[in-house]
Amino acid sequence: MSKAILNVKGLTKNFGGIKAIDKVDLDIHPGEIVALIGPNGAGKTTFFNCLTGIYTPSEGDITLRNPESGKETRLNGMKPNKITEQGMARTFQNIRLFPTMSVLENVMIGRHCRTKALIFGAVFRNPATRREEEEIIATSYDILKKVGLHKQVDEEARNLSYGAQRRLEIGRALATEPFLLLLDEPAAGMNPKETETLVTLIREICKEGHSILLIEHDMKLVMSLSDRIFVMDYGKKIAQGTPEEVRSNPAVIKAYLGEDVDA
Amino acid sequence: MFPVKELKRSFLISIWFAFLTFPIMVIKVDPIERTVLWRWDNMFFIAFGSFVISILAKVYLLRKERRAGRKKAKKDIAEPFVQRILREPRFLYPLSLAVLVLALVFPMFFSTYQTNIMTTALMYVVLGLGLNIVVGVAGLLDLGYVAFYAVGAYSYALLNLHFGLGFWAVLPIGGLFAAFLGVLLGFPVLRLRGDYLAIVTLGFGEIIRLILENWNDFSQGPSGIANIPRPGFFGMDMSFASGITYIYYIVVALVIITIFVVNRLQNSRLGRAWLALREDEIACQAMGIDKTKTKLIAFSLGAFWAGFVGVIFAAKTTFVNPASFTFLESAIILSIVVLGGMGSIVGVIFGALILILMPEYLRALSEYRMLAFGGILVVMMVFKPDGIISNVRRSYRFKKHHSKEVIEP
Ligand SMILES: Nc1ncnc2c1ncn2[C@@H]1O[C@H](COP(=O)(O)OP(=O)(O)OP(=O)(O)O)[C@@H](O)[C@H]1O
Ligand SMILES: [Mg+2]
Repeated sequence: MSKAILNVKGLTKNFGGIKAIDKVDLDIHPGEIVALIGPNGAGKTTFFNCLTGIYTPSEGDITLRNPESGKETRLNGMKPNKITEQGMARTFQNIRLFPTMSVLENVMIGRHCRTKALIFGAVFRNPATRREEEEIIATSYDILKKVGLHKQVDEEARNLSYGAQRRLEIGRALATEPFLLLLDEPAAGMNPKETETLVTLIREICKEGHSILLIEHDMKLVMSLSDRIFVMDYGKKIAQGTPEEVRSNPAVIKAYLGEDVDA
Repeated sequence: MFPVKELKRSFLISIWFAFLTFPIMVIKVDPIERTVLWRWDNMFFIAFGSFVISILAKVYLLRKERRAGRKKAKKDIAEPFVQRILREPRFLYPLSLAVLVLALVFPMFFSTYQTNIMTTALMYVVLGLGLNIVVGVAGLLDLGYVAFYAVGAYSYALLNLHFGLGFWAVLPIGGLFAAFLGVLLGFPVLRLRGDYLAIVTLGFGEIIRLILENWNDFSQGPSGIANIPRPGFFGMDMSFASGITYIYYIVVALVIITIFVVNRLQNSRLGRAWLALREDEIACQAMGIDKTKTKLIAFSLGAFWAGFVGVIFAAKTTFVNPASFTFLESAIILSIVVLGGMGSIVGVIFGALILILMPEYLRALSEYRMLAFGGILVVMMVFKPDGIISNVRRSYRFKKHHSKEVIEP
């Protein structure tokens, strides 16, 4: 197996006296779809927030390795925007789009960290800037096509349906050209049909060479989609393995699955 | 049109009110005469009045609901007339041209006094557009904007006093000084949000004014600096009147440049980042936008324009003192942006013209001038909370054949 693109060692996050995350290890290899599951309040979102620099971890190491250049970066204490530049992008559990900007503009914002024009380019619109702007629009449009929103480019993001907003968030994250995509409950609030489209979309994204780490409560989705699963409870990692292994793990059943899954 | 159910409700409300107010409004006990007066007509007025008011309120609410519903259903219909004109180049360009011609011939048809007032108004247009970048577009509430204006004005006054530098030389320097100060202030301060940022910038504005007032050796204190030369024109001597006309044209040119630059900035990668920053900072950072840098650029660009106008202000009045740079000034510029429509260039232009010209022409009301001014502001904000002209949303045209079928990984 090739080297891990994300390597988390002993990650701990304290909020005052509470250990929201307690010495969690996790690794993701290129091309994998990995799920992070656990009961409510287990610390999954906090884990994402530590990875993406929104929280600073209390202890532990997070290392990101670019699969192409092989460059390794320690993410601890880095600013969120720098981390995104390294090639890891995310979506949010409580959707965080730019509500009054158009669908296209939302994705265009994702292109920000891969483009350069500043004041000079904005004012003088030199050829390089114009080309860059065209590239931003074209790429964003292509991404919208992929997530199935190209018919609503001019719509304000807040007017989209719930499922469409979740897909737009994925599109926006894709625009930053990540090799690792973190999805926080992408299927939350979706109806079965929307979930099905989402599963197809995630598979497609994975096939195009993005690795995926996703948090999800929909067990059917998790079991069918993931190569490996990590299970957290009360901030600790209690199990990891293939869907089959996790499904039959007594600790997991005790903590969480129990009656949830008719496995 | 008006549902019967609501009529019934209003009727019940009116009876309820009449009943509630019965003891105070109807019964009047005269303790001396030891009689009780029954004022039944009062009861009638109350019942009738509350009935009418409740219906009016209901009609208003219904309308509002219906309007909101319609807006959701079909946005294009709800799009106001002005917005449609602004969106269509076919209307917009001839209109701008007409306004431009009007602006150019203005001094020929109006007195020096009028021209002077118009110059002031146009200076506030530029100030408003500058602050609009900071407050309207990037969403950073800056209450100390006047400080940068003061820096521009004093740059010219002092550089001229000590080094004899002319207007044209100081014009860019004043802007750069202000922008530099913007960066200096912005660095520690821009990590604050909303109200906190507002308070700190407010304090900063006052600090600058207090420095100018008290540091006599540097700024000549409250008495200010006088005899600042007007802008030169290839060393020509100009009469007072033509001097005023000259400054007017300089300001018109500055307005045009400002509109051009601000418009381009708004429709650029940077402008989009500012808008996004206003909407959700965390999402912005997660999308790879450098929050500090982007805010700092907005802040210092805003300051740059203020510095620019400050230099012109000093040249126009030929006299500066700290009293010109009080908090009230910041408040007026902020009102221009808010009243005109946050983020909307045309809105800000209208806002500036209305806010600056109106008090001049309200002089007839003498003492009640500020009262009327305040009243109009309040009424406007109640009826048009988004400002006079809200921002026109941009839509992008694409060349579809340009788009590649796959995105790069
Ligand atoms: N900023 C914070 N300050 C204090 N406590 C926090 C903070 N963020 C999260 N927590 C706590 O950390 C724990 C884990 O929360 P987290 O949101 O990570 O759970 P989760 O696994 O994502 O749950 P869910 O499935 O409901 O989304 C919770 O007990 C929560 O109250
Ligand atoms: Mg969560």
